[in-house]
Amino acid sequence: MADTFRGMWVVAYRELLRFISERSRIFSSFAMPLLFLVIFGAGFNRIIGSLTPGVNFIQFMYPGIIAMTVLTNSVMSGLSVVWDREFGFLKEILVAPIGRSGIVLGKAVGSAAVAVMQGIIMLVLAPILGVSLTPLLVVKLIPMLILISVSLSGLGILIASRMRSQQSFQIIVQIIIFPLIFLSGVFFPVNSVPTWLAVISKINPLTYGVDAIRQLFLGREIAAMGGAMGGNFAIGVTVFGHTMTIIEDMLIVVILGVILLSTAAWSFSRQE
Amino acid sequence: MNIIEVEGLSKNFGHLVAVDKVDFQVAEGEIFGFLGPNGAGKTTTINMLCTLLTPTGGRATVNGYDVVRQRSEVRRSIGLVFQEPTLDEYLTAEQNLRFHAYAYKIPGEIREKRISELLDLVELSDRRKSKVRTFSGGMKRRLEIARGLLHSPRVLFLDEPTLGLDPQTRRHIWDYVLALRKQHSLTIFLTTHYMDEAENCDRITIIDQGHIIALDTPDKLKDALGGDVITLKAQDNNAAVLELKEKYSLSPVIENGTITFSVPQGEKFLPKMMGNFQSPLVSISLRRPTLDDVFLKLTGRAIREEGAGIKELAMKVRAMRGHGR
Repeated sequence: MADTFRGMWVVAYRELLRFISERSRIFSSFAMPLLFLVIFGAGFNRIIGSLTPGVNFIQFMYPGIIAMTVLTNSVMSGLSVVWDREFGFLKEILVAPIGRSGIVLGKAVGSAAVAVMQGIIMLVLAPILGVSLTPLLVVKLIPMLILISVSLSGLGILIASRMRSQQSFQIIVQIIIFPLIFLSGVFFPVNSVPTWLAVISKINPLTYGVDAIRQLFLGREIAAMGGAMGGNFAIGVTVFGHTMTIIEDMLIVVILGVILLSTAAWSFSRQE
Repeated sequence: MNIIEVEGLSKNFGHLVAVDKVDFQVAEGEIFGFLGPNGAGKTTTINMLCTLLTPTGGRATVNGYDVVRQRSEVRRSIGLVFQEPTLDEYLTAEQNLRFHAYAYKIPGEIREKRISELLDLVELSDRRKSKVRTFSGGMKRRLEIARGLLHSPRVLFLDEPTLGLDPQTRRHIWDYVLALRKQHSLTIFLTTHYMDEAENCDRITIIDQGHIIALDTPDKLKDALGGDVITLKAQDNNAAVLELKEKYSLSPVIENGTITFSVPQGEKFLPKMMGNFQSPLVSISLRRPTLDDVFLKLTGRAIREEGAGIKELAMKVRAMRGHGR
């Protein structure tokens, strides 16, 4: 047990060292979310107007983009596992007396720290977009981003545990992550779309991570408002007529994380 | 006391038997060499001893710990230098060592002191803050040796420690290894397919196709050959072999178009033989035996280095083409 904890922090420590020494990664990781925010925002904001009173499309999309930044970077962090395997360093880690679950947890915690930092840097855009930030919101946001990030790093590590080259990892991640993001309600309220799309979106666990962050920003009243008004335009996610709360959303994220991380640890220890 | 004990150790990969029921013991403070061609099972054996592979049969202990049931204890007792580099090239030399120190739970008070000492030993102190990607192959290998020793292991495993290095650097690496043994009474377990390197070992195990075919000191292995080695080329090798067998009851081997055999007191045998040898000879030479001869004698083949392997492959391809015509 002590070995696992030591393993976790030493692997996480190195993950951070690596991140600091590769400054280009800090900037490149914002390219995609910024692109979506600027292009989709500029393209759709005027046509769509207000989704609910006081919330325009950019303000609707922005919390989703923060969630997206964090989860993309979390999943991509699995790349460091493949990288380590390709360049041999994984062997140094595997042969140390730290246990496989320590390695997986360390990678997850390390990449979560990185991903959460990136998510928080996205907050500088809030004033420009007319989103109000309070210290309390930021304080609540951080643990949520950490949970989302640790959980989703599990997905990255799980994929990485089976990949031998960086190219194949990137291809698989692209194939998996784009549908997950597009079907997670980052760009549309999942209650306002055709049933088939809503059903798929509600099966996608990322939807709940995005919903939790959005409720934190917009407030539960606004999230539930559409539903309360009797329309099908609720911004929050409703499952079987019940509008999810932040706690319920996060519970789904945590369950997903436990499944992904334990599968990743299992997959890791199975190979020699 | 034996620091490594191996009994009936086996490893199969599907139908392929990589290591087949090997037995050996390594005494404390010994330099123990594993010699054999590529694919003989050297790395597989090392990987089992250092808990990276689970054996399919037999048992092995390192420093008294079982390699299957007491992995963590085994890992703490050993230092490892792999064939291929396992450094994080984007970190500095110092950061790589510090990672290792944390992972092996080296207490803070002695950590920095040991890092400095070892960097001194491998003469990398002046590069301690440089990124490893700026290092040459030899420097990387030296840093890996320093890292392997950081947690004061009882056994240092070196898997082909000088593979791909130039002769001067190889010599240098060996100076460290020999100095280490003197200073730290460390047991060193190494694999190699370089014959000259194997000569530095106290004892050598020759392994071929997963089997141990000989285990002794380099001198005894060479003595067992029965004297000096004579290699010769004849216009008709087969006729020459026949003559050697009939006249002197020797057991010559043909390898790559050259006949090789051993005789006691070769310098006296040679003039006598030249006097009444019937088959016309192209060339002849006499030398002290090497481990290569031991291997040739035991397996009927030479240990091929990569170059020879390519030559053989080219010959095969040529033969196949000829066949198709």
